[in-house]
Amino acid sequence: MTSATRELRASYAFIERNFNLTKRYWGWEVAWLVYSIAGALSVTLIGLDQGNRRLIFSLMIGAIFWNYLSVVFSFIAETIEWERWEGTLEYTMMAPVRRFTQLLGSTVYALVYGLIHTGVILVVLVLFFGLDLSHANLATAGLFMAVGSVSFVGIGMMAAILPLLYVERGAQMTFVLQSVLLLISGVYYSTDVLPGWMQLLSKLSPATYILDGVRKGLIDGEPITALLGDVWPLIGMGIFFIPAGIWAFGRAERYAKRTGKLKRVG
Amino acid sequence: MTSTMTPESNRTGTNGRLPDEPKVAPVSTEPGTRAEPVREGPPALLIEHATKRFIVGKKRRPVVAISDVSLRIERGAIHGVLGANGSGKSTLIRLISGLLTLDEGRVEVFGHDIVREEMAVKRLINRVSVDAAFFKKLSPSENLSFAARLYGMDAKAAAQRAVEILARLGIGQKRMGRPIEQMSRGMQQKVAIARALLTSPILLLLDEPTTGLDPRSKLDVQIFIEEVRTEHNATIVLTTHDLVEAERLCGRISILNDGRMVAEATPAGLMAMVARDHGQPETLEAVFMTYTGRSLDDDLEETGVTDDDD
Repeated sequence: MTSATRELRASYAFIERNFNLTKRYWGWEVAWLVYSIAGALSVTLIGLDQGNRRLIFSLMIGAIFWNYLSVVFSFIAETIEWERWEGTLEYTMMAPVRRFTQLLGSTVYALVYGLIHTGVILVVLVLFFGLDLSHANLATAGLFMAVGSVSFVGIGMMAAILPLLYVERGAQMTFVLQSVLLLISGVYYSTDVLPGWMQLLSKLSPATYILDGVRKGLIDGEPITALLGDVWPLIGMGIFFIPAGIWAFGRAERYAKRTGKLKRVG
Repeated sequence: MTSTMTPESNRTGTNGRLPDEPKVAPVSTEPGTRAEPVREGPPALLIEHATKRFIVGKKRRPVVAISDVSLRIERGAIHGVLGANGSGKSTLIRLISGLLTLDEGRVEVFGHDIVREEMAVKRLINRVSVDAAFFKKLSPSENLSFAARLYGMDAKAAAQRAVEILARLGIGQKRMGRPIEQMSRGMQQKVAIARALLTSPILLLLDEPTTGLDPRSKLDVQIFIEEVRTEHNATIVLTTHDLVEAERLCGRISILNDGRMVAEATPAGLMAMVARDHGQPETLEAVFMTYTGRSLDDDLEETGVTDDDD
């Protein structure tokens, strides 16, 4: 067996395992989906209450696509935390698997899961509000999602090291990071309303560019060529964050092995 | 074995080896008894002057968990490691597993350095810890499939092998699909052992594998450990608090105390030493008490408080 085959097989191990976990927790999956749909509907109804079609679209896009981004971020960022909680972290770390392989498997599953989860919410909201997407530029939205996902995966990988570095607080730090991204990325409002220092921070979040690009594509039907200013930062962040995430993960693993932080707790 | 250290022998400069003591385990090919370790080629496990420190507490106090430990285990041996809670047994297993980095010294597994040839070593070893670590909502089948893929195995072939191994341990196929959380502690531990064997390790690290098992399950596991050694030609490092188990299974035993290896010999050799040098009864409990400075009861009581030896 070639090394590549072995690594691919190992990568699929994480996809299959996460799929099995999703099946076993199907009750929670349904509950979470209902909650996400209810949350997206509630937020979008604010636009209906205001009688503003553009606001309806804007809020709907924020709710739906933030759901996607947060699902992807959580899945990757909690890769270590899940294993620590279940007590399997040491077993996985002992296996002859490169960390890149592990992260690749977790990432692929996160993207597929996020797309399905978000797709269901999108369909429900479009049907509920009877929205007309005939003028939307779906290619623009799709491209922003694809490129933006890469950047978000990179941030997720960076966040995944926190539970390696901080046994007790790592997961809490990850949650706080996700909350900050929600606040500064203009999920439900324009980043122009943020204080100046927050606007600066918003430029560091890939979600800002993703949501801006998706809104312009779906609401205004703008082609991707008109939005290159939003695309380049995403590409740059993807190029930076993914290698940086893998590198940082390796460093964090070595630190954890030196200090004994792979050991089970909880 | 290269190191056989006792406080007495260190003082006399003989490094503790009894002049008339064999270097390898006694030979027996009868079923259920110890077979001859193989001395050709590199040893299954070579530890030279391994030291591991941790920084603990707000004052960042360094604590030496493993101190200058050396050990050589030949292929096909079952080597026991005894010691009180906190003596460093689990730390030693984690160092061999690559879950901790060494501060000093080196470790080789079948001639492969665990630092420079990490992936090669990982393919040769597996470990069963005292707490069966699984995704508890998943079934044995799903957990073992995950393990098989991690080690690059074909899932279908692995599933068949898993059924065979679990059947041997008394777990029927009908249990394979139910969540592990519905299994007893003993059954979970058997699945953990099956998972380790599934990947055909030639060095198996068993960290208190029978702790908490009922007598029947314990016996099943012990018999299976012997089978694994004889039929799969695996080398086994076994930490345990069960002295009967150690005497039954292990060709040689090392005693760890406060991170130091204070004695190492055959079970009979250790018992003879405490009888001769300390006037103690010829039992492994006397060996344990002599070299760790505590009774077995003290140690077992602490087991309920902490599940770790670090």
